[in-house]
Amino acid sequence: MTSRKSVLVLGGSSDIGRAAARAFAKAGYDVALAGRDAAALEPDAADLRARYTIEGSTLKFDVLDTASFDGFVGSLPVLPDVVISIIGLLGVQAQAESDLAHAITIMRSNYEGPSLILGLFAEKFLARGHGTIVGVSSVAGDRGRSSNYVYGSAKAGFSAFLSGLRARASRGGVHVVTVKPGFVRTKMTEGMKLIGPLTVEAPVVGDAILAAVENKTDVVYVSGKWRLVMFIIKALPEAVFKKLKF
Amino acid sequence: MTLVSGWGRFPVVDTDLSRPRSFEAVSEAVVPGSVARGNGRAYGDAAIGVSRTIAMTGFDRVRSFDPATGRIRLEAGVLLSDLIDTFGPRGFLPFVVPGTRFASVGGAIAADVHGKNHHCEGGFGRYVDSILLRTGQGEVMEASREQNSDAFFATIGGMGLTGVILEATMRLRTVETGWIRERVIAASDLDAAMRALDAGDAATYSVAWIDCVARGSDLGRSLIYLGEHARADELADSADRFPAGNDPGLAVPVDLPSITLNRYSIRAFNELYYRMGARRAGGGHVVSLYPYFFPLDSIAAWNRIYGRRGFLQHQCVIPEQGARSAIGEILDRVSRRGDASFLAVLKKLGQGDGLLSFPLPGYTLALDFPVRGEILNFLDEIDRLVVAAGGRLYLAKDARQSRATFEAGYPALARFNAIRKSLDPAGAIRSKLSQRLFDEVQP
Repeated sequence: MTSRKSVLVLGGSSDIGRAAARAFAKAGYDVALAGRDAAALEPDAADLRARYTIEGSTLKFDVLDTASFDGFVGSLPVLPDVVISIIGLLGVQAQAESDLAHAITIMRSNYEGPSLILGLFAEKFLARGHGTIVGVSSVAGDRGRSSNYVYGSAKAGFSAFLSGLRARASRGGVHVVTVKPGFVRTKMTEGMKLIGPLTVEAPVVGDAILAAVENKTDVVYVSGKWRLVMFIIKALPEAVFKKLKF
Repeated sequence: MTLVSGWGRFPVVDTDLSRPRSFEAVSEAVVPGSVARGNGRAYGDAAIGVSRTIAMTGFDRVRSFDPATGRIRLEAGVLLSDLIDTFGPRGFLPFVVPGTRFASVGGAIAADVHGKNHHCEGGFGRYVDSILLRTGQGEVMEASREQNSDAFFATIGGMGLTGVILEATMRLRTVETGWIRERVIAASDLDAAMRALDAGDAATYSVAWIDCVARGSDLGRSLIYLGEHARADELADSADRFPAGNDPGLAVPVDLPSITLNRYSIRAFNELYYRMGARRAGGGHVVSLYPYFFPLDSIAAWNRIYGRRGFLQHQCVIPEQGARSAIGEILDRVSRRGDASFLAVLKKLGQGDGLLSFPLPGYTLALDFPVRGEILNFLDEIDRLVVAAGGRLYLAKDARQSRATFEAGYPALARFNAIRKSLDPAGAIRSKLSQRLFDEVQP
């Protein structure tokens, strides 16, 4: 046992996951990276061990395999101080409109799985009396758009889950952070047209997650500009919004 | 297709840009006419593929680090800034850094970059023990001084043309602090500047900033910066052992009209800069490594100062014999022209290690010129002086030299080409630079 704090990153192979892992490792946390292919995460764990004097490990975790969640949480060698879910799947909206299997995968990857696993950790943290839960949601969940509402609605569900969980858990000493990164230059957004001034690099998100955990922030829009943008978008009357090509 | 250019923003080339996420994907990405690209800090066309450019910055993992020896294994896309920020506070720094910390390790190897310590400690490649190389033929090989040594010495300074550098093992130096003990010497003309650099041979770091608009008896007036790593006991008690390297704060937001840099503005700037530097001359003082090594990194996107059309850097090295007269002649022509940059740099180099490494024992002069007017013809004129003096131009900075200038300056080219051919018989790895300077002309 070490006296260092520890963080578990679910979705550790994503660009934001790697960036968050580095930010926490740099701050002295031991890091466990979890993903579908634990072996593929080993180079990232080795990177953290080589850079910082911390422990870095890997775990197998599949967000679609909800039956495994109890076992996953139960088998952890230590209950982490912080758990972060960076899992998400953008999918292809046009395909999801007629391909139910694809729509289901998007919904489950962005809402069902992340909510259920973080809910389980919340119970453990509440029983222990402390801990921080971070869910990476999306500005896409703030209002459904014609171009990505399957993804956006799942993120909306996830955001609502996190907000309700926060209200309940805060009374038991457990903090819940909702992160809405906006546009981030990552694998997920490669090839997409991103608006330069609203786009950030993954390390900026990683640092923002660490800062939110340490400062006990509730909801983080990584770029402050997004808070304003989404405030305006949410305020548009439906009659206007539905006419926008957006 | 994507428009890609080097740091000088000239030339701009439409290329297929690929961002592989695994080494297998790198192999799949190599098509005829591909070259790897690090962080895009080469000035010209070295890191632009003839048909495809393979971006390597996603490969930014440290594989292993041994604090007992300073030996580190890392992926080629790790930036020097990342290495410095991560390992500096642990007491380790790269042996060699160029004038920007935003170069990648792979790029630093491919250009065998030099620093202010080349005259006594050599170039980046000297501290590289081995390289994992994906050759043009598709083989993934480990190359070192002992194993596949031909490929190793062709890859150090080989501008990415032996294949894609995937990983490297190199040595970091131990330092007590992240501070440099600096001494400034004011030199009133070129002779004094070269004497001061010669006298600074024993200093670990030395470099001269030259006022390249000064003329007549002031020609070549300079400020020479000598530096040593500061020991912990040389710091004020209140100073951090390792200073923070701030992100570039001030960014140049837009392309400045190219008129901003004219002979009057540069002359005024240089006058001020020289006088302020001369006032600091003499006694030693301690400065953070960041401004010492990377003065321009504090201004993000400084390449926009030169306007939309970009700029050309001309960096030559002239062998010791004859350096005084050749550099004097170059500076004289530049000062009469009057529109060179405010940053002209003179320093001494030692022997390079790779077959196409730029350094040779002598003096190197680096000048920036905005792309406009008759600049290409003017630089051709300067090149003739360089060639006549037995010198050469730095490929990492070049965007326009002729085949003849290149061939005259790099006598190991034939040997390099033979090794390249053996690693890549079908000629898959080709950059805009190799196409311009030395690939066989395609029918």
